[in-house]
Amino acid sequence: MEDKMITLRGKPVMEGIAIGILRFLEAGEPAAEDGDPYIGSAEAMKQRFYEIREAVAAECEVLAERARVEVGQSEAEIFATHRLMVLDGDLEDAVIAGIDAGKGLADAIREAGEGLAAMLAAMEDEYLRARAADAKDVCARLIAALRGERTGVSRLDVPTVLAAVDVTPAELLQSDRTQLMGFFTADGATGSHTAILARSLALPSAVAVGELPDRSLEGETVIVDGFTGEVIVAPDTRTLALYCEKQAAARAERQLEETFRGLPNRTQDGYEVQVVCNIGRGEEAASVLQNDGGGVGLFRSEFLYLESPDFPSEETQYRVYRRLLEDMGGRPVVIRTMDVGADKQVGYFGIGREENPALGYRSIRICMDRPEILCTQLRALYRASVFGKLSILIPMIVSPWELCWVRERAQEVRDELRAEGIAFDPDVKLGIMIETPAAAAISDLLAKDADFFSIGTNDLTQYALAVDRQNPRIERFYDSHHPAILRMIATVVENAHREGKRVSVCGELARDTSLTPFLLAVGVDGLSVSPPYVLRLRRAIRECDRSRVEIGEFLKK
Amino acid sequence: MKTFDYTITDPLGIHARPAGMIAAKAKEFSAEITVAKGDKTADGRRLFALMGLSAKEGDILTVTCNGEDEAAAADALRTLLEANL
Repeated sequence: MEDKMITLRGKPVMEGIAIGILRFLEAGEPAAEDGDPYIGSAEAMKQRFYEIREAVAAECEVLAERARVEVGQSEAEIFATHRLMVLDGDLEDAVIAGIDAGKGLADAIREAGEGLAAMLAAMEDEYLRARAADAKDVCARLIAALRGERTGVSRLDVPTVLAAVDVTPAELLQSDRTQLMGFFTADGATGSHTAILARSLALPSAVAVGELPDRSLEGETVIVDGFTGEVIVAPDTRTLALYCEKQAAARAERQLEETFRGLPNRTQDGYEVQVVCNIGRGEEAASVLQNDGGGVGLFRSEFLYLESPDFPSEETQYRVYRRLLEDMGGRPVVIRTMDVGADKQVGYFGIGREENPALGYRSIRICMDRPEILCTQLRALYRASVFGKLSILIPMIVSPWELCWVRERAQEVRDELRAEGIAFDPDVKLGIMIETPAAAAISDLLAKDADFFSIGTNDLTQYALAVDRQNPRIERFYDSHHPAILRMIATVVENAHREGKRVSVCGELARDTSLTPFLLAVGVDGLSVSPPYVLRLRRAIRECDRSRVEIGEFLKK
Repeated sequence: MKTFDYTITDPLGIHARPAGMIAAKAKEFSAEITVAKGDKTADGRRLFALMGLSAKEGDILTVTCNGEDEAAAADALRTLLEANL
């Protein structure tokens, strides 16, 4: 028993400990079978097809409604589209033709799906090519219904942890959540749609574990540690007992955090700080409010570029920004202009391979060659600004002249809008990220021209310590508590305050409660963290007394 | 027979969502409805066929409605295209 224990290491998605029975989620594609079990008279098979078609369409409708309530409109639309695909005439014709040609029903459906998928896969448009997967998914559902199976795992008899190469948001939504404890995937990314959903459903989970455990282990006990990303299959008795304790502690912790809902972010000595959220998609606005965040401290606008087949239009961007501002109902919203490049590459930008992408052609540096990218985004932002309290944040500024250049573009955009009679908020603040040692060193100069600073501690640490975040071999040298980083933060705050400007911290450091006393003692005005960390951070703030913090100990001087 | 042209302004063109909306709307009418782009024609009730037109921003669609409620169908589709595509 003891020697069966396997530990996998992935990336944590949502905190918490999940303990359950391991179950593999089958990939959505139906396999071709030897002999189709659904051969009957052509008439009977056609009738059966229409029956299951109705049932699956109804199921899609239920899923769309569930998604609308739990995730948002855009997720709901995926299922609404699936419903139309199920009921589509081209699919129907192909299935009927297959039956008339003497095929069994399952084969007829599978081949119809493959035909439509092939048609879509051959298209030029990247977006439509991606819909080929939807066509196959829809046919897989029809076949599952034919076999009397429910897709996903809508009925679970025991507390379960799902394992799959990847999980779709649909599969999570379809699962029986009274029994679904958590999940882990071989692939996947922490910023994916699925990950966002896992966080809003508070499902402890890990992605990118590499290889899934052997199929023969299905039915074994499995633990997902959502704090570290570790997955332990068939734990020995001692390990299991240890994790049961951890699970109880994590739950108690969460309950305690709940008691901080609605309270001000004020220290024992009366210093009040803003606690806002980092988000990467408009849909996460719900999660900000659900976790009692004070607004959005960093909206990464990259997803608009990453998920679009071409540069997103002004109109597309305007709708996203406007919706976010409206959803936040007057709470402050800081939107960062596109930070494409480095580890976030987009094909149509045509950046090409670079030796050192982190030190390369990225964000504002691209905009300087192609100002229309920035101007389109600024127009969309200013137009949306009348719907809430917007600030604009510019990444990768290392010299004052770069900021001047951006300010000039912003002025041009505002002049254009005024000439066209389009309304915008004249008080929109324009701030910059402090994420390079250069920007920190000349923060006294930058503070004169920027309206506010936001310290991006992840890049700042990587650049200051010369440690590539993507390189696992040098992980132990990536120390965000390094006095070099903390000294820079102290200097930046001092320089900003001398010019009467606000400073917030939006990197991972902001949620590190062992540093909260330090950040508050040096006078940081705002902390921006992922939504699930808001209440925990508030607790740390309320327990802190700034007069008792030894700043020198952190700075090593 | 009622027919009209519409120039697409949505940067994504006829992707799944608008195709779904057109198909759903077309099903509300008894008239025969086709959507054409150049020499390609799709049945307005068919989602996959509409996506297969691969119509993009700037492309001109010709919508043809033929049947008893053709006028109402053409009006409804024009309104839908203007609002969503």
